Amino acid sequence: MISQGIASSLTVEISFWVISISTILSAIAVVQIKDLFRASLFLILTFLGVAGLFILLGAEFLAGIQLMIYVGAISVLIIFAILMTREIEISNQSHYMRILVSMVALGFMLLAISLITSTDWNLIDSRSFPQNQTDEIIATVQNSIPTLSKMLLTEYVLAFEMVGVLLLAAVLGALALVREKK
Amino acid sequence: MYTSFYQLIDFHSFYDMYYKIFESLGLSSSASWMSYLAAGGSLSFLAINLLVLATAFYTWFERRTIARFQVRRGPNRNGPFGLGQPFADVIKLIMKEDTIPTEADKPVFTIAPIALLAPTLLIITVIPIDDASFLATLNIGILFIVGITSVNSIAIFMAGWGSRNKYAILGSMRGAAMLISYEIPMALGITSVLLISGSLAMTEIVAKQDIWFIVVMPMGFFVFMAAATAEMSRTPFDQIEAESELGSGYNTEFSGIKFAILFLAEFMAPIVTSAVVTTLFLGGSQGFDFLPGQAWFVLKMFVVIFILLWIRSTWPRLRIDQIMGFAWKILMELGFVNIFLIAIEVAVLMDPVTGLLTSQDLLIMAAINWVFTILTLVFLANLLGKRNYDRPDPVPSPLANMQPKGEK
Repeated sequence: MISQGIASSLTVEISFWVISISTILSAIAVVQIKDLFRASLFLILTFLGVAGLFILLGAEFLAGIQLMIYVGAISVLIIFAILMTREIEISNQSHYMRILVSMVALGFMLLAISLITSTDWNLIDSRSFPQNQTDEIIATVQNSIPTLSKMLLTEYVLAFEMVGVLLLAAVLGALALVREKK
Repeated sequence: MYTSFYQLIDFHSFYDMYYKIFESLGLSSSASWMSYLAAGGSLSFLAINLLVLATAFYTWFERRTIARFQVRRGPNRNGPFGLGQPFADVIKLIMKEDTIPTEADKPVFTIAPIALLAPTLLIITVIPIDDASFLATLNIGILFIVGITSVNSIAIFMAGWGSRNKYAILGSMRGAAMLISYEIPMALGITSVLLISGSLAMTEIVAKQDIWFIVVMPMGFFVFMAAATAEMSRTPFDQIEAESELGSGYNTEFSGIKFAILFLAEFMAPIVTSAVVTTLFLGGSQGFDFLPGQAWFVLKMFVVIFILLWIRSTWPRLRIDQIMGFAWKILMELGFVNIFLIAIEVAVLMDPVTGLLTSQDLLIMAAINWVFTILTLVFLANLLGKRNYDRPDPVPSPLANMQPKGEK
């Protein structure tokens, strides 16, 4: 709240460029670095950068969830997997189909960029509203968690429950895999 | 009337001060962002240094108190009451040679202590010591704390993996497994607070505590305290270090200033945790009028710190399987039961129009919860205590069969 009140556009712009450039550089480092453990650390840095971008967008709740799930859980899972891999030192080698793969990746990137730019994001320009409505919108955006949770439990309740069932199935599957055979 | 000192160390007053300075220097076009950065920087400087100093005195307090528990004197030679001891320790640690093992992953090894210290320092920024927080009044306050805490396990991995030492890796594997497990009961304890407060902001949580949440839900407090003690990896749960089994766990290879930073992070954790506990369960800066809010906050923190020390000096270290079992088989279930109970109570008692709980509602909840908590804990103690009687017969040592036939 303080930051939105005082921060000038230049501060936001500087932080945006610093965060986004470091995110992209660490994402490149994830695929380029030979050492798998260091690559996973750069992946964590990428996740942190994405959380920073969420904060700059005003989506604090998403940033917190990003920290909790991606930095706290998924990256630890990846590190555990790496520590249990044999011959860590010589892995992360370049694949023999790397030209083909990079072409496909480039295609996906172009597709994603075109989708992002062509989507109508339904942005709210606060300057085009009268003052009293702007305050209301800012209050809604700043206190987005009740709105979000209400939407999740009313309009999108089916998707919400499906995710729960999916996670339960994943837990049961993991248990079935490691169960001792008698 | 007591807020004058606090307003001195407030983001806005710092910002205004720097703005005037930059304006008088003729930089009015860029004064706003420069003073924004300068105010943030100097407040961070203040917060970090205050915390480091507090940690130094905390180590002295911890050693003296534990010495009392163990019927000895503790450090009492350097300065009055041994108060110079922490500074002597720090100077000794910094003067030591800073060695890096030849086989170590040097950048990872170097960054690991910083990665362990940074989350602990970040948590203190969102804690409301009075009406507002030090640096940032976030809407997601408590979620930020949970998210930031989870970075700890990665830092411990970095320390263990970077030193290329099998005891260090073993310690960090155990530590990461433990930290992940105890994050779940900790989050459950926090969720039960959020059900009543209805907001993630720390200031809102404090404002909603007409009756302190430790009175309203003792079970949530118990679950949170146990999980937080494990998250700090302090004595009943200190399998990460386990001096007698793993050398010293993840910090085996560290020395000099790097070890000092690890040590700092480890001893800063109780201070930060007690601040979080005070905010969540003990009503933050609420108190009676004869003392200002900050003083109440510090007093409550002190009580929590003392209880943490009491736990540390009383219980022996648990085995790693006991630790994991305690998290998954007891604390998680207690957390779920607590959330379920409080959700029902909130649904029944909450005013459907305003969505508020009066202090009378909170008292009713407290009465139900205390009875329920005592019954559950008695039941659990019976359930777990009974196992002592059902021990299997001792298996004779295999060496018993290896005696020569002639004898006996």
